[in-house]
Amino acid sequence: MTTSSASSEAAQTAMIPQREPPVRRRGVPGWLRQNLFSSPLNSLVSVVMLVVTVMVLWPLLQWAVVQADWLGETRQACTGEGACWVFISARLESIVYGFYPESEIWRVNIVFAMLAGVIAWLVLPRLPAKGWMALFALTGFPIIAFFLLAGGAFGLMPVPTRDWGGLMLTLTIAVVGIVGSLPIGILLALGRRSSMPLVRGVSVVFIEFWRGVPLITVLFMASVMLPLFVPSEVEFDKLLRALVGIMLFWSAYMAEVVRGGLQAIDKGQDEAGMSLGLGYWQRMGLIVLPQALKLVIPGIVNTFIALFKDTSLVLIIGLLDLLSIIQAGLTDPEWLGYAMEGYVFAALVYWVFCFSMSRYSQRIERKLHTGH
Amino acid sequence: MSEATASRDNGTEPMIEMTGLNKWYGDFHVLRDIDLTVQRGERIVICGPSGSGKSTLIRCINRLEAHQQGGITVGGITMTEDIKRIEQIRRQVGMVFQHFNLFPHLSVLENCCLSQIWVQKKPRHEAEKLAMEYLERVQIAEQAKKYPGQLSGGQQQRVAIARALCMRPEVMLFDEPTSALDPEMIKEVLDVMVELAREGMTMICVTHEMGFAKTVADRVIFMDQGQIIEEAPPETFFNHPRSERTKLFLSQILGH
Ligand SMILES: Nc1ncnc2c1ncn2[C@@H]1O[C@H](COP(=O)(O)OP(=O)(O)OP(=O)(O)O)[C@@H](O)[C@H]1O
Ligand SMILES: [Mg+2]
Repeated sequence: MTTSSASSEAAQTAMIPQREPPVRRRGVPGWLRQNLFSSPLNSLVSVVMLVVTVMVLWPLLQWAVVQADWLGETRQACTGEGACWVFISARLESIVYGFYPESEIWRVNIVFAMLAGVIAWLVLPRLPAKGWMALFALTGFPIIAFFLLAGGAFGLMPVPTRDWGGLMLTLTIAVVGIVGSLPIGILLALGRRSSMPLVRGVSVVFIEFWRGVPLITVLFMASVMLPLFVPSEVEFDKLLRALVGIMLFWSAYMAEVVRGGLQAIDKGQDEAGMSLGLGYWQRMGLIVLPQALKLVIPGIVNTFIALFKDTSLVLIIGLLDLLSIIQAGLTDPEWLGYAMEGYVFAALVYWVFCFSMSRYSQRIERKLHTGH
Repeated sequence: MSEATASRDNGTEPMIEMTGLNKWYGDFHVLRDIDLTVQRGERIVICGPSGSGKSTLIRCINRLEAHQQGGITVGGITMTEDIKRIEQIRRQVGMVFQHFNLFPHLSVLENCCLSQIWVQKKPRHEAEKLAMEYLERVQIAEQAKKYPGQLSGGQQQRVAIARALCMRPEVMLFDEPTSALDPEMIKEVLDVMVELAREGMTMICVTHEMGFAKTVADRVIFMDQGQIIEEAPPETFFNHPRSERTKLFLSQILGH
């Protein structure tokens, strides 16, 4: 038997064949060949996936686009097999503005435009003076937006918050929640790591309290229980109470995300800052937080996204946000039977906002990478 | 402030004075009755076995560690619990760490400008000018725009030295500045330190580079188990050590 020599010969001939050095193929065909059809198995998987995708997407596309009805005022306009987007377009005004008085809608539009402008300014890489813009976004903008939306000053007609609703309300809650919970969360995270026992204790109790209660409970407490404790002459706005509740609730989560980042920063960084004579807030603001926050961008954005979606819970205390106003429309006897359109549209709106946040965070992460 | 300026006029006053210093970590007695006086312009090398308290000792000088007993005076300022006073001391004391501890999110130049701008409140262009001067001196000016993560260990440590010098400190502390470096990079860092010593900087170096100790040190201090066992000028220290523990230590690090 010469199996051993035979197998060693086989091993020799089975040596990895020489290959061409990798060449970057250009264009669509090149990309396809390299990524989807590089081997028989790969090709098979690609084909199967393609078929499945088409099988799932095709009916959806038929329903949502091809056979859908877009134009019209009433349900009589919906004659086709597909979706009846007339349901959405006929109610678009209340979906976006709630019960905001029609004559005052321009005020909301200005706030929307400012919000879009501020975000675009902060996001587009070319525009200068980002620091000042961020300062305006955190100070000037909320004040202007508040007076525009609530009115009651500068000759603007007051619009009570019970008339706010729809996308406008959802964005108000989300923006206030996001802008409020990050700084409070950072302070809580620093507090939890403080060397002062009192500060540490207060932070721990605060974080653990808010993290331990479901958001629904917080909202109920804010709307039902708070009035029981506060004298009835003092009337807190229902929206304001919900905003405070949401902000504190999410700041506890944010604190834990940020603390994760703080713990990952080597103690030597803080010590180097000390040895340079920097004070506590300088060390945190210039050295530790920039590194810690960068590490936990995915966690922060994750929390933002969760916050954005959970604004829809305010429907249980009777605030009519985007989802609840669509849902209210479904019970309109004029429009029974269009639940699918309503929920798909709501989902799409939430998805667009959340996906944008996710993409933007990835870009920031890439930009902040400094090779360590 | 008045104490700091007063001390600068009085050139005969010691730079650092430690008397009866004791420190514990829990029950563990790390520093035992340390008395040490460092004159202005003096260069001290501290050596000793691992865990003997060398790092702890020099970290007490700028209060990266708090001691429990005894007194420390730096440049005429007596150390207290008061954070203002501690920061006043820290501004006179530059420190170089074993693992560099550069700020990775800031460029080399920004690393060097940070304390000038935020502690000394200098305008940015002035801070950058001084930073470039010191980066030039440690021969790394051409890397000023890079981030620490893009430099070699030896280059990073030279940047760390420049960063500390940018505060214009009265005294420099080095905690094993070369022990995290590959052998071929040790020399470039030691050269910078030798140069600094020639210019008359007061230095306290924890190091096992005995060649460095022989060339620049005015005094070598040997520590063991939290105590100063022996201190002497380098010739005496290396050729005629008095204590048995020093002899044992020297035979271990020089003997192979
Ligand atoms: N934060 C701490 N808590 C408890 N013990 C500590 C702490 N830091 C240091 N020690 C202990 O104190 C002793 C002295 O440590 P130190 O770092 O000063 O030694 P060293 O002489 O610098 O040693 P090396 O040459 O290894 O750097 C060691 O036994 C160490 O285990
Ligand atoms: Mg040490």
